[in-house]
Amino acid sequence: MMCEECQMKPATVHITKIINNEKTQMHLCEECAKQKHISFSTGLGAFGFDDAGFSVGKLLSSFFEPAGQSPMSLTDKLQCSRCGLTFQGFSKTGRFGCSQCYNTFKGQMNPLLRRIHGKTYHVGKVPKRTGGQLRIKHEINRLKGELQEAINAEEYERAAVIRDKIKQLGKNKNTK
Amino acid sequence: MGVENLMDPSRIKWISSPGPDSDIVISSRVRFARNISDVPFPHLLSEQEAKNIVSDVYSTLKNNTVFSRDIELYNMNELSGEQKTLLSEMHLISLDLADSKNGAVIVNQDETVSIMINEEDHLRIQLMLPGLQLDEALKQIDKIDDLLEERLDFAFDEKIGYLTACPTNVGTGMRASVMMHLPVLTMMDQIGQIFSTITQVGLVVRGIYGEGSQAKGNLYQISNQITLGKSEEDIIQNVLGVARQILMSERKIRQNLSGEARIRLEDKILRSYGILTNAKMVSSQEALAYISDVRLGVDMGVIKGLKPSALNGLFLMTGPAYIQQMAKNAMTPMERDLYRADFIRQKMEK
Repeated sequence: MMCEECQMKPATVHITKIINNEKTQMHLCEECAKQKHISFSTGLGAFGFDDAGFSVGKLLSSFFEPAGQSPMSLTDKLQCSRCGLTFQGFSKTGRFGCSQCYNTFKGQMNPLLRRIHGKTYHVGKVPKRTGGQLRIKHEINRLKGELQEAINAEEYERAAVIRDKIKQLGKNKNTK
Repeated sequence: MGVENLMDPSRIKWISSPGPDSDIVISSRVRFARNISDVPFPHLLSEQEAKNIVSDVYSTLKNNTVFSRDIELYNMNELSGEQKTLLSEMHLISLDLADSKNGAVIVNQDETVSIMINEEDHLRIQLMLPGLQLDEALKQIDKIDDLLEERLDFAFDEKIGYLTACPTNVGTGMRASVMMHLPVLTMMDQIGQIFSTITQVGLVVRGIYGEGSQAKGNLYQISNQITLGKSEEDIIQNVLGVARQILMSERKIRQNLSGEARIRLEDKILRSYGILTNAKMVSSQEALAYISDVRLGVDMGVIKGLKPSALNGLFLMTGPAYIQQMAKNAMTPMERDLYRADFIRQKMEK
């Protein structure tokens, strides 16, 4: 296969991009690839599309920037005491180094989570063994929602049962 | 034990026993991402630390009476490239795990449970059932998660839930997905429209081999994108609801097809059946396309005497790695296509 750009040399760089399910392929020789700024970071085998300016890391770190503010200046200095990950390190890979990182980058976490998930609070499962008190708290919150639904639907008998459950859980929580 | 043991289709639950709505839904999968607290995530682990996690997880399950006799452990560094490809074709591991030199996977007897260790997170627990039964899958995976948590300290934060290497999985750490066979919606060009609606309710669609893969054999995977701020049950209900709607419209179009459109479809189905029962060589791409047609033919009553579950099995068993492993000796692509055609013919005659 010849290079698509110059049609002179054999294509040695093959790139497949899938953006929004649209697949595009490029077959280039090394020189044309260089001209298009498609670089290979040697040693890692990974490559970045400088032309498209897109990577998971960049995408995630852009989530960190509150709209309208200049890109992170203070956050650059943050470093996790447990695993040594810096903010820059995170924005390159899009991955944290350890569970402690969530604490280290706490100040930046909310905008990031909001942009990914639309929410910043967990409402699901709580570990059984280590999450005792919290489990009860979550269960009470869940039941309160159910109670409201029952009241809205004018199912007062069901509402009474749920109310008693909430009371009982509240007691358990205080005695534990 | 070798990976060959895992290949027996009668052992694989999602192939051998049909589930609810399994005319259209091949399988339901739920996975939990979990990490051990205060230990660096897998990409920063030393070899020894990584090994410790594998043995901690394995011994936790071994010490449990429900699981003890039932599980097999496979270390990635002890498998060949082909064996790893096979496991990923079988949806037991991801391609990322195959690349992880400290990675391992634990599989149970009916292959409904696979626990990947040292993938992106320390643990990726997966539960896979036939047909549309995400709620049942959640129940079962919940038990395994509890059982592991009895002895392992999972990284968990009061506010943001289970902590994961990538913030896109934080919270529940849960991905719920269904694999659907949608040939008629695809043929009628309605699939694009449906999928663009799906993304608006926070779900994603992929091909059968996960992220970035194309839909082959009219098989699609629909799963949740958001993992934080919703309970596991709510996420499951969301995916279930959407899957039900899609399967209803696939069924409805199948039933309402009449006149010329129906004749054309039946002709296509029977031609594909003709190829699979007669061809000398079949590539894996062709196999997926024709098996899809034949499976539709069985569901629509155009082809009789074949079991849908046998065809589900063929989707898997015609993959390059599966064929290669069955044949045992190394083959050229042409030899593989000959072997595959032979194998499919035998299965069709049964």
